[in-house]
Amino acid sequence: MGTFMSKTITIDGQVVPFKEGQTIMDAAMAADVYIPHLCHNPEFTPHGSCKLCTVKVNGRNVASCTMPAVEGQQVLSDTLELNDERLSLTQMLFVEGNHICPSCEKSGNCQLQAVAYYLGMMSPHYNHFYPQREVDASHPDVLLDRNRCIYCELCVRASRDVDGKNVFGLSGRGIGSTLVVNSASGLLGDTNLAATDKAMQVCPTGALLKKRQGFTVPIGQRIFDHHTIKDVQLGDKHE
Amino acid sequence: MQQPESSDLSRILAPVLARHGKDSAQLLQILRDVQDACHHIPAEAIDQIAAHLDVPRVTVEGVVGFYSFLSTQPVGQYRLLFSNNITDQMLGKDDLLKYLCNKLWVEQGRVSEDGLISVDNTSCTGMCDQGPAALINGWPLTNLDQNRLDLIAELIRSQKPVAEWPPMLFEVVDNICRTDVLLGEPFTPGAAIKQVLARGAKETLAEMDQSNLRGRGGAGFKTASKWSFCHAAIAEEEGSVICDIGGNPERFIVCNADEGEPGTFKDRVLLNSHADLVFEGMTVGARVVGASKGFLYLRGEYRYLLEKLEGVLKRRREAGLLGDNILGQAGFSFDIEIHLGAGAYICGEESALIESLEGKRGRPRNRPPFPVTHGYKGRPTVVDNVETFACSARIAEKGGEWFAAMGTAQSTGTKLLSISGDVARPGIYEYPFGVTLRQILDDCGAEDPYAVQVSGPSGVMVSWKEFDRKIAFEDLPTAGAFMVFKRSRDLFQAARNFAHFFAHESCGFCTPCRVGTQLQKKIMDKIGSGHGTICDMEELKRLGFILKSMSHCGLGSSAANPMLDALEKFPDVFERKLKALAFEPAFDLDGALETARRITGRDDEWAHL
Amino acid sequence: MSDPKLKVRIATCSLAGCFGCHMSVLDIDERLLGLLELIEFDRTPLTDIKHCGPCDVGIVEGGVCNAENVHVLKEFRKNCKVLVAIGACAITGGIPAMRNNIDLWDCFQEVYQYEGGLEGGQVPNDPELPLPFDKVHPINEVVKVDYFLPGCPPSGDAIWRFLTDLLNGREPKLDYEMLHYD
Ligand SMILES: Cc1cc2nc3c(=O)[nH]c(=O)nc-3n(C[C@H](O)[C@H](O)[C@H](O)COP(=O)(O)O)c2cc1C
Ligand code: SF4
Ligand code: SF4
Ligand code: SF4
Ligand code: FES
Ligand code: FES
Repeated sequence: MGTFMSKTITIDGQVVPFKEGQTIMDAAMAADVYIPHLCHNPEFTPHGSCKLCTVKVNGRNVASCTMPAVEGQQVLSDTLELNDERLSLTQMLFVEGNHICPSCEKSGNCQLQAVAYYLGMMSPHYNHFYPQREVDASHPDVLLDRNRCIYCELCVRASRDVDGKNVFGLSGRGIGSTLVVNSASGLLGDTNLAATDKAMQVCPTGALLKKRQGFTVPIGQRIFDHHTIKDVQLGDKHE
Repeated sequence: MQQPESSDLSRILAPVLARHGKDSAQLLQILRDVQDACHHIPAEAIDQIAAHLDVPRVTVEGVVGFYSFLSTQPVGQYRLLFSNNITDQMLGKDDLLKYLCNKLWVEQGRVSEDGLISVDNTSCTGMCDQGPAALINGWPLTNLDQNRLDLIAELIRSQKPVAEWPPMLFEVVDNICRTDVLLGEPFTPGAAIKQVLARGAKETLAEMDQSNLRGRGGAGFKTASKWSFCHAAIAEEEGSVICDIGGNPERFIVCNADEGEPGTFKDRVLLNSHADLVFEGMTVGARVVGASKGFLYLRGEYRYLLEKLEGVLKRRREAGLLGDNILGQAGFSFDIEIHLGAGAYICGEESALIESLEGKRGRPRNRPPFPVTHGYKGRPTVVDNVETFACSARIAEKGGEWFAAMGTAQSTGTKLLSISGDVARPGIYEYPFGVTLRQILDDCGAEDPYAVQVSGPSGVMVSWKEFDRKIAFEDLPTAGAFMVFKRSRDLFQAARNFAHFFAHESCGFCTPCRVGTQLQKKIMDKIGSGHGTICDMEELKRLGFILKSMSHCGLGSSAANPMLDALEKFPDVFERKLKALAFEPAFDLDGALETARRITGRDDEWAHL
Repeated sequence: MSDPKLKVRIATCSLAGCFGCHMSVLDIDERLLGLLELIEFDRTPLTDIKHCGPCDVGIVEGGVCNAENVHVLKEFRKNCKVLVAIGACAITGGIPAMRNNIDLWDCFQEVYQYEGGLEGGQVPNDPELPLPFDKVHPINEVVKVDYFLPGCPPSGDAIWRFLTDLLNGREPKLDYEMLHYD
């Protein structure tokens, strides 16, 4: 940490330095402080939709991934109350979609699942919505299973900002939100998405999958089977 | 892009695209016109519009999907949408909707087979004082009853164009019942601007400051502060001093006429009968912050006011009150453009409104930065409520001290209330701040009042025990809605209606609100159908806590208010509905067997639960 | 449950599940023998007792997919002091809930009319056959559930930990690697 990083905030009492322009999340990650998050990926502009990263700053709740760090902020993050609320949000994400982990190729590598493990989720608690959502297998190399989409818009951001393709977007409103793709047929196979696109590397869940790779690593030997998402995200910030 | 039937479509599209130009901020306006012409947005139109504006197809599709009045599937050539506010329900809307559906042989929410008709609900259309109300192809129908619906059914069956329907069906009245300085005193267009020019912009800001005017849209932010922040943002960029009017085109004045809060209709009346006051207030604001461009964001439901408002703007341009060199002041240029919404309550939230003005999905932005520094197209922007601008015009004309002398110390001036529900004289009432609920209820002829929903579903449910409370920022702040419930009303039904409203209007951006409003709605329905338990009440409280503390914007954070208020102040309205105090299944067990019974033809003892 | 002389009475059943969770109980291996010192079984697939009597703990595998499941589940709830949902199916509907996206009529057609076998392709209407729900539901949407033990199936270790915690009057708590949904 450079000498010119003179400004600091505290997170759960720990002094954390930050640079002008960093968010609370940026500062936390740089200081190896884990704040649960799903829609945030440091490679992209912050989005602020999942609200898992909510922290208390001077008594007010804010999303740490979008809130700029400001000198002297007293941030509370790892508290019973906040983790409890994070657990509730995670449970909401489970019941609003169709997450049948035993049949999901992403299981064990899925961040939604991993956050749920981290927060000790024993059941989704709320009643399941069992919505009808489309699966799109039209692309030769990619499967889009909307049942598992959490609307983090990471694929949207990656395709727009890195691939320059705008393959993905959101349509609908409220609980009727839906991930749409850039083709008149509405099918992924008719877009110019390539399996090598950045957009294919960012989905935190099993909504966007490369075909024919599902079980190259067997269940039980996957990353979150043995490592918490905290350790993984702090250890290797690019995974 | 050359598709077989695209020539027909091109004929419709060409003038629309030509009229709106190539700025992608026009997307929503274009889509509104296409929807009007085609009763939906055809897939080929999406392609052509995307090409015309040079935006990705997904962007266009995303906007179509966001707004209730737009659709990718055809709606009826006659699309009738009933206003679904609790006040409409209290006036018998549910039965009327069924009556019309039966009469026209259509199912609610489905388009008739010949494509002629569709009937459905829509969120409050702002006609609560003359409901039950509806929209036919976007035009408001008021005072509906069976007779009127008979006539309407006949008009539809004979396929008479809506433009030729009898005008009395569309009559909207102001119902101004009590006036004060805003509605009651005459106003000469230009009077406020003249004062501003005579006094100077900086001095006008000082008058605004002295008036202590606070925003009338709900949040109650001090208007002078907002204006000076906006100006300071520019000043900082330019290194210049505050109120040195440079006429920089890149700052904006936006009038928020989204008025989507159920039970609110005072902006409708201001725009209908006092539009000069509103536009003049915007012009005053423009002079103070140095904006040359203004927008009136008019909710889609008030589309019927568009021509009239355009007329007022035209007259003002002709009178030198808008345009270049206003009232002969060299370099003072300001004009106003009207943008229409398309059915989305969230677009009343100022940053969502700006997104919508830019032609996008109405999703609230991350803040900071705030609109005053990064608003429309990333430039400093002032967003104020209709009534706030009307007050600003009066203050510019008559001075801050005059204004501050009315109301209370913390809540100066007067407030327009939109009163509806169980009262003898629904309509608009203007009061100085500080008036008690009891006084208001007396004045409007409330019959046996038991509760008042102040400031709409996102406001407060006030019980009869609190009728001595005051309308004021320091006690009961309000954006204007005032819905009265008499003792015999089922307040649970009111709370349930509001739960449905929020679930329908959540933009879906953030998890707590997207899912939480749905969970609330489901629990309220469960309790409403007599299957609720104590656990469900506890769950509502817990959801309320999460919505309040975790939501991205004011919609989510106030979406639990009606439930929490009702649980706290009227627990008996819930308890009456609870079946047992023990556990109840989450779904109707016997009902969930119905499909299988039908398929197998079984009706034996084991086929029921 | 702490009186050493009294054995804890446990009932188990499988609703819309695959018996995978029951098989996993056997993965407790030799520790099972020690466990049997502490517990005795009421209705389980092992004991052939048809109806659940008063029990200390009821363990339910599988979600609720038909009317019969409801009767069994309610019997368990009525008789068991503590009810445990074990496995993905009981907790989320699991694999059987994958039919929730398919119209029930299409399911019937697929099973009885397109697949050969049944004469005339009739949908059977025998009252003996449990009548299916529109959708498969987790058991906590039908009765109150006290504990959840996720996994598809949960590992023998997880079940062991859970049961020993419970039997010893501790709030059950799994280690990180014991908690999984697949
Ligand atoms: C969900 C939501 C809806 C809103 N709707 C309106 C509205 O219809 N009209 C309005 O003036 N303000 C509305 N607001 C408040 C605006 O965000 C903003 O505070 C207001 O326009 C500022 O103007 P004022 O300072 O003059 O009150 C809404 C806020 C939220 C969170
Ligand atoms: S996306 Fe994740 S949480 Fe959803 S089913 Fe797959 S593994 Fe489970
Ligand atoms: S597909 Fe994946 S990356 Fe894209 S929005 Fe859904 S969850 Fe996020
Ligand atoms: S609180 Fe609701 S309306 Fe506001 S951003 Fe979140 S989902 Fe959208
Ligand atoms: S990580 Fe901050 S809101 Fe999703
Ligand atoms: S039956 Fe055990 S996981 Fe499905």
